[in-house]
Amino acid sequence: MEARFRLAYPGFTLDVDLNLPEKGVTALFGPSGSGKTTVLRCVAGLERAPGGFLKVADSIWQNDAHGVFLPIHARPLGLVFQEASLFPHLSVRKNLEYGMKRAGNARGEGFDAMLDLLGIRALLARDPEHLSGGERQRVAIARALLTRPRLLLLDEPLAALDVKKKQEILPYLEALREELNIPVLYVSHAPDEVARLADHLVLIQNGRVTASGALMATLARLDLGSAFTDDAGVVLETTVAAHEADGLVRLEFPGGRLYVTERDKPPGSRLRCRIHARDVSLALSAHNDTSILNVLPATVVAIAGADAPGHVLVQLQLAEGGPLLLARITERSRRALAIAPGMAVVAQVKSVALL
Amino acid sequence: MDGSSLAAIWLTCKLATLVTVLLLVVGTPIAWWLANTCSRLKGPVGALVSLPLVLPPTVLGFYLLLLLGPYGGIGKAMDALDLERLPFTFAGLVVASVLYSLPFVVQPIQNAFEAIGRRPLEVAASLRATPLDAFFSVVVPLARPGFVTAAILGFAHTVGEFGVVLMMGGNIPGKTQVLSVKIYDYVENGDYAQAHWLAGGMVLFSFVVLLLLYGSRKQSSWSR
Repeated sequence: MEARFRLAYPGFTLDVDLNLPEKGVTALFGPSGSGKTTVLRCVAGLERAPGGFLKVADSIWQNDAHGVFLPIHARPLGLVFQEASLFPHLSVRKNLEYGMKRAGNARGEGFDAMLDLLGIRALLARDPEHLSGGERQRVAIARALLTRPRLLLLDEPLAALDVKKKQEILPYLEALREELNIPVLYVSHAPDEVARLADHLVLIQNGRVTASGALMATLARLDLGSAFTDDAGVVLETTVAAHEADGLVRLEFPGGRLYVTERDKPPGSRLRCRIHARDVSLALSAHNDTSILNVLPATVVAIAGADAPGHVLVQLQLAEGGPLLLARITERSRRALAIAPGMAVVAQVKSVALL
Repeated sequence: MDGSSLAAIWLTCKLATLVTVLLLVVGTPIAWWLANTCSRLKGPVGALVSLPLVLPPTVLGFYLLLLLGPYGGIGKAMDALDLERLPFTFAGLVVASVLYSLPFVVQPIQNAFEAIGRRPLEVAASLRATPLDAFFSVVVPLARPGFVTAAILGFAHTVGEFGVVLMMGGNIPGKTQVLSVKIYDYVENGDYAQAHWLAGGMVLFSFVVLLLLYGSRKQSSWSR
């Protein structure tokens, strides 16, 4: 997918040039007012950037150089907004059918599977006003997907939900990620959602793309600390190896293992975890007299200033060809230990956030 | 109640029904445009549509009479096309009533459109609805309370008008003699008994209409 948009408002200019994978979830991440939602609206065709260009799979949706601009209703896309956008005058079933009928899916191909995938079968006869916020968003996502889109656009679909509702809907989104074979653009300013769902990360700041790449590699970059500040950290893709007798679960990834507390996923299943830079400390040698469980040998790759005063971010390589890790330590400690690129150290991980 | 009273009631109902239907057809696109446009013409057009709220009906009737009469632009054009001129005809009453009741229909619909906002249309479009399809499948059902209010107000206001009718239609029994003018006639001739029948009926009618109006409003706010 290729997208080039340039839009100027008083006091704000959007100028993006994106080349995104045709598969997987791409997170458009950035602070509010950075222009990420505008990018999404340009892709949807709700906003027209003069001179813009947009190609999805093999079809051109916008090419102003040749006067091509598909109106939104002619674009095979699914769109889910931040707030509940179900039609209040239609039941859940009628809401789902609204898009199906118009997208030439009157026979309801995939209808039953979608009901199960998003857990909304029991809601069909209800009116939108009698649904919880999380249920409404699940119905809205199903409604969008039942039009069999070639691209799914999610505009902060969880932002209006409280933490509990979010936790309730995230597993459904994860299941979707596994099932869908179309690209998903996911606009968000919540690092935990991005870490959990995205495969690809586009960082947008002040209307410009400041980074774009695979999620894990991009999160491990040292030069993006200002975008994440206290949330700087990496995501590791692990496999549940074993549930051990003392209640700990062993996770394995290329180049190491991690122990976490009970998690009801069976051995063999994949699990993402997030390690904040602020939760990683460094030592020169492995200690046996520490309560910290997760101690990983690593090599220092690079060091850069952190956003927090007096701190530096250290980029570490876990084993040969293994994933990257970030550690945030004080500049004083760095000097005391004389930590420099190329050095072998031990990373002590104080906590692992399971996603 | 004598035959001429019944004729006046019948004529009034016919006029008000026809005018209400025409107003919904004409007023809806105007309301849509006013609710959605960013044009600089929004202010002037809005003010023009609302003029009858402020103007004495006789002023509107006077200018319509001049415009549609034998020396007015439209009157001359109708002569040239070999059509009957509108003043003192039922058709003339319809035209005058549509103009006079326009704001009572446009404003509730415009308010309803503005309350709905752009979002439901964007959602409908993302579900492949063309703009016209989205209008009828989403906007009209969501704006229903506005349409109901508009229809009731348009109907009631047409039933109640007097000045414009007198200027444009005159007082021709069975043709342009509507209720309000008929009451005026009875009073002028001292026939208070007949006047009471019609006037009392109007009071009752108006009360019922307003009752319906407020009833529907309460219901619609509850269902939201």
